[in-house]
Amino acid sequence: MTKLAPVLSAHWDEKDSFTIEAYKRHGGYTASAKALAMDPDAVIQLIKDSGLRGRGGAGFPTGMKWGFIPQGDNKDHYLVVNADESEPGTCKDMPLLMANPHVLVEGCIIAAHAIRAKQAFIYIRGEVTHIVRRLNQAIADAYAAGHLGNGIDLVLHVGAGAYICGEETALLDSLEGFRGQPRLRPPFPAIAGLYARPTVVNNVESIASVPAIISNGAEWYQSMGTEKSKGTTLYSLSGHVANPGQFEAPLGITLREILELSGGIRKGHKLKFWTPGGSSTPLFTDAHLDVPLDYEGVAGAGSMLGTKALQIFDETTCVIRAVLRWTEFYKHESCGKCTPCREGTWWLVQILRDLENGKGTEADLAKLLDLCDNIMGRSFCALGDGATSPITSSIKYFRDEYIAHVTNGACPFDPIASTLFEGADA
Amino acid sequence: MAYNDEQLAVMESIIARYPRKRSAIMPLLHYSQSIAGYVTNEAIEIIAQLLELETAEVTAVSTFYTQYKRQAVGEYHVGVCTNTLCAVMGGDAIFAGLKEHLGVENDGVTADGKVSLEHIECNAACDYAPVVMANWEFYDNQTVQSAKDLVDSMRAGNPKPPTRGPNKLVTWKEASAVLAGLNDGLANEGVQAGEPSLLGLKLSKEGK
Repeated sequence: MTKLAPVLSAHWDEKDSFTIEAYKRHGGYTASAKALAMDPDAVIQLIKDSGLRGRGGAGFPTGMKWGFIPQGDNKDHYLVVNADESEPGTCKDMPLLMANPHVLVEGCIIAAHAIRAKQAFIYIRGEVTHIVRRLNQAIADAYAAGHLGNGIDLVLHVGAGAYICGEETALLDSLEGFRGQPRLRPPFPAIAGLYARPTVVNNVESIASVPAIISNGAEWYQSMGTEKSKGTTLYSLSGHVANPGQFEAPLGITLREILELSGGIRKGHKLKFWTPGGSSTPLFTDAHLDVPLDYEGVAGAGSMLGTKALQIFDETTCVIRAVLRWTEFYKHESCGKCTPCREGTWWLVQILRDLENGKGTEADLAKLLDLCDNIMGRSFCALGDGATSPITSSIKYFRDEYIAHVTNGACPFDPIASTLFEGADA
Repeated sequence: MAYNDEQLAVMESIIARYPRKRSAIMPLLHYSQSIAGYVTNEAIEIIAQLLELETAEVTAVSTFYTQYKRQAVGEYHVGVCTNTLCAVMGGDAIFAGLKEHLGVENDGVTADGKVSLEHIECNAACDYAPVVMANWEFYDNQTVQSAKDLVDSMRAGNPKPPTRGPNKLVTWKEASAVLAGLNDGLANEGVQAGEPSLLGLKLSKEGK
């Protein structure tokens, strides 16, 4: 039985897949025509019935989010698409937009209609020049063809290198022209979002999933996936594998199945640890190969599905080096607004650096866990929480390796052995 | 002010995209980098004037975001991903190799002004690790040697094209204009996807 099910990625192998001609060749913009003829509430109901859940990490039901927008309030409503893909390991939205930007544009039209918004924005990370070109061209072509500009406008807003702007309220502040720092909730964006108006913020993949659901119906979408995690999604396999890449499958596939399909771990090596959904999701090991990769399955095993960024590390990788680097990232990207995150991530880096260099003590492990405990849940947003995930999970599964660094007085691993080229031309 | 009428008209068109003009601050900062190569004090003043803000407010925003530079970078700004996955797969070795090869440290610029170097965070191309970016275009699956060859080609004035991007690498200033939302006509150049992006689709067509 086939395990993969390309829907979003179905036509990426056609050379001109990013053009409006190619998109229309496969029925593009018929879903928006169909949706625009429907009552907005009926569109929201259809998306609710499909079971689509947010693909940006949290898995909140998309239709329910749309339903939170007050109707008949005579206020401007906004749709904002989060294309600030920056979670370490996450690499699904950028290839999607490079290969098929029009599916997002069409999804925006449908979603804006559903929530009665006349203005939509796509907030894209700034470090992707060519994808900015592709998306702006797609928007221009959609205007020229009359899909945009007849009641719904769409603007691409380009970020400038701040991970925190992937957090929805920081994104809104950034889009309003401020430093990107998270807001206290409530009020939630559905009540007071962009310019303090009712706003839906959705991930690229969530909105890009909408046109196919409108075309094929809620039952079709419901027929794929697991009991509470419906539909297909993009799994991004990277790291020490024979063949990295994007694998679109119904929710609930396992890493073992994806590795079997794709050729497994790189030759001569074995799996050591992996992230199911980016660096903010607690690490898994080879004991978790059969965990169903849906929202409930991964949560039940102590992690989070997140962005389905499957970063694979083999036995040559020092887990402390990996965790230290992620921690340095969180320290750098902490926006500085909340003290536990700003100060806590700084201290985490100091302690982990000592441990990686063999200058730590066993007591440092307790100190790390205590710091994590004092960061977790104590800030406006989840950046600090995410910073604790790799630390607590690595201590849980690899305490012996931390101790070995202490006992050896040095890191026992050779970093060159982990490289793709294994030092061949280094 | 040294901005000419044509440039000011572009800035007005950027402001007109938004329901409230303060929202234009980020594209205007990108645009200012397309003129001077970095965010100059003069650019801060003009943006503040156009948006009816204090210069301190514009400075506060420009210093929050790492892509806005307060001093000149190279004609080709090279970023080596050293977040965990790319670092482990070879990014650390590439970054060390380039520092030595170019004789610059992090955030340094070569004396000829051609190449600047920065270690960067995850660039959403992990299935192409290790990844190097130049003017925010993708150079996939790099090695120490291929990265050295790349910067050599930049210094010789004939940069190798991106792996997934236009047929020719544009300059830092030209790329900054694209990030400000201006159309350089190159959207249709280059591949639609690299092989890793297509692997799942290919396998499904083989019945997997």
